[in-house]
Amino acid sequence: MAYNLKQELSKPERLAGGHRMCAGCGAPIAVRGVTRAVKEGDKLVVGCATGCLEVSTFMYPYTSWKDSFIHNAFENAGATMSGVEAAYNALKRKGKIKGEYKFIAFGGDGGTYDIGFQSLSGAMERGHDMVYVCYDNGAYMNTGIQRSSATPKFADTTTTPSGKVSTGKSQGRKDLTQIIANHHIPYVAQTTFFRNFKDLHEKSEKAIYKKGAAFLNILAPCPRGWRYPTEDIMEMCKLAVDTCFWPLYEVEDGKWKLNYIPKKKLPIADFLKPQGRFKHLFTPDNEHLIEEYQKEIDQRWEDLLVLCGEKSL
Amino acid sequence: MSIRERLSGNEAIAFAMKQINPDVVAAFPITPSTEIPQYFSQYVADGQVDTEFVPVESEHSAISACVGSQAAGARTMTATSSCGLALMHEILYIAASNRLPITIAAINRALSGPININADHSDTMGSRDSGWIQIYSENNQEAYDNFIQALKIVEHKDVQLPAMVCQDGFITSHAVENIELIEDAKVKEFVGEYNPECYLLNEKQPMSVGPYDTPSYYLEHKRQQAEGMKNAKIVALEVAKEFEKISGRKYGLFEAYKLEDAEAAIVIINSTAGTAKDAVDKMRNEGKKVGLLKIRLFRPFPAEEIAEALKHVKVLAAMDKTESFSSQGGPLGAEIKAALYHEEKSPKIVNYIYGLGGRDVKVEDISSVYEDLYEILATGVTGETYRYLSVRNQEGK
Repeated sequence: MAYNLKQELSKPERLAGGHRMCAGCGAPIAVRGVTRAVKEGDKLVVGCATGCLEVSTFMYPYTSWKDSFIHNAFENAGATMSGVEAAYNALKRKGKIKGEYKFIAFGGDGGTYDIGFQSLSGAMERGHDMVYVCYDNGAYMNTGIQRSSATPKFADTTTTPSGKVSTGKSQGRKDLTQIIANHHIPYVAQTTFFRNFKDLHEKSEKAIYKKGAAFLNILAPCPRGWRYPTEDIMEMCKLAVDTCFWPLYEVEDGKWKLNYIPKKKLPIADFLKPQGRFKHLFTPDNEHLIEEYQKEIDQRWEDLLVLCGEKSL
Repeated sequence: MSIRERLSGNEAIAFAMKQINPDVVAAFPITPSTEIPQYFSQYVADGQVDTEFVPVESEHSAISACVGSQAAGARTMTATSSCGLALMHEILYIAASNRLPITIAAINRALSGPININADHSDTMGSRDSGWIQIYSENNQEAYDNFIQALKIVEHKDVQLPAMVCQDGFITSHAVENIELIEDAKVKEFVGEYNPECYLLNEKQPMSVGPYDTPSYYLEHKRQQAEGMKNAKIVALEVAKEFEKISGRKYGLFEAYKLEDAEAAIVIINSTAGTAKDAVDKMRNEGKKVGLLKIRLFRPFPAEEIAEALKHVKVLAAMDKTESFSSQGGPLGAEIKAALYHEEKSPKIVNYIYGLGGRDVKVEDISSVYEDLYEILATGVTGETYRYLSVRNQEGK
């Protein structure tokens, strides 16, 4: 059946409203986008790393999760879900469970790129039948906007503040999607909230229903950390995609595929300009930094075009 | 008929695990516990168990997977030692607070640094306040028996807490001894099926595990956890009674050895108790009224019962195979002193640190402790209460 956003949105939500996430936060949008792809009859166990999403959706004695949910610690969502999946296999084999269960872990970039990196890598390498979803908002937002290895270059965070002798974070982003793709698991994809959410939906569906380990990296803007008007989230995501800051692509059974090539690739400044965290770049002495940034974006895009067979070396 | 065998402590634990046939084992190798997941993987490879074995990439992930698995409704266990247990530290507290009855075979080994692979109790003593039940074992037989009993204690509805069953690295984990094993069917019947009330994979009732807990509730949750730990003492005795029926072997909260009329006694944990019993026998032959108390349950700490067993003793040495760097002794010393504080005629108590990093402890070493105790008895002067046994280049006494 052809994808229809309106129809998808009419499905019962698996994450109840009334949770405590900030208005305009990308994380619950990512959660709903992914879990909408779980078939209505299928059961789900959700795992979650410590972070905004966890502390705001399961504050004792209330839970926003209609499915079973487990939070263990910050750095071990991958291993925790490995255990849940192993338990399912054992109990299913013994005939103690009849229905079909799916397993999805959510972590922010802190819990995924950084402190939970080993746990994630182990879970993916062992090939547990689960999906690990990173909602990447590019910093440790829960503790108050500290840099992570997903924080974009030059971003002003509370541990990489711009100042008289600093222009924000001096390192570029770690490319986690490609790192996980190099685990050679059945499915890896990068997506965000784009147009009618078809890209996110289809990738979630594949990730959930393809047997084995799958990884989704979802750019999920944080209006507090990025400092843009809350209502502009869709515009921010569009700019991230059209500037090639956040290309939409997937790696299915080892085949790399670019899902979207902008008709007109926009300059990176278009993505940086509306965000307060890059404000210091837009002064006359710092123009060269934006040029430097553009070069890095271009290089990474060119490399990805080659990986996806859109261009030969 | 029980089965007579010759097994190392690690083999005995692996064999108990095979008989229990758990749903999930997640483990990472570390000396000296490595053999347990090795033997167990072979059982999996040969189809002798139905277990899902998760060969994780670290001990941190081992215990994290155990938390996920046990919360999902599966009977789950692992094995570790030393730095492996230390790497698990954060998650030990989470497992206990989630009331997940996971079982760890803990093969005691010194913590780094400096790195050392031999036995002392710094690893499990480092997790004594994590909310795990701790059961200590003198030899292979006890390790096997305690492991089987542990399962029944942890899963009891009044307890629902995880446990570590401890034994000394190499000294018992690798030394082969005679052992009496219980028949498979009897073990299976003894441990029964694991049927938790609430679990993630309950198709009728989903659940959320691991909430953010505010000051409005956290204190009560900890109090409930403490109640579970208190109950573990009673349950451990009930389980021991049942276990005696299938094994003929008697277990209590601790073992009192020639303690009844003792005037000088030591309190000790794990394999050195065996050495110490030899020292006791020797000195008894010389007419000296010496005895010992061997700890079995350290968490919960059966303080009242221990005080009752020791209150008549005139002078006492608590033997710690670990340092706590409090500058006044080790954790066992602190517990023993606290337990006896309310006794009107409390014994004089000294605390020895001994055998760190696997330093051999001989019968003569233990005898020297008793001699020290007799000197206190004769002079009435306790002297330094924080002592080191058989240490070089230091007065120590």
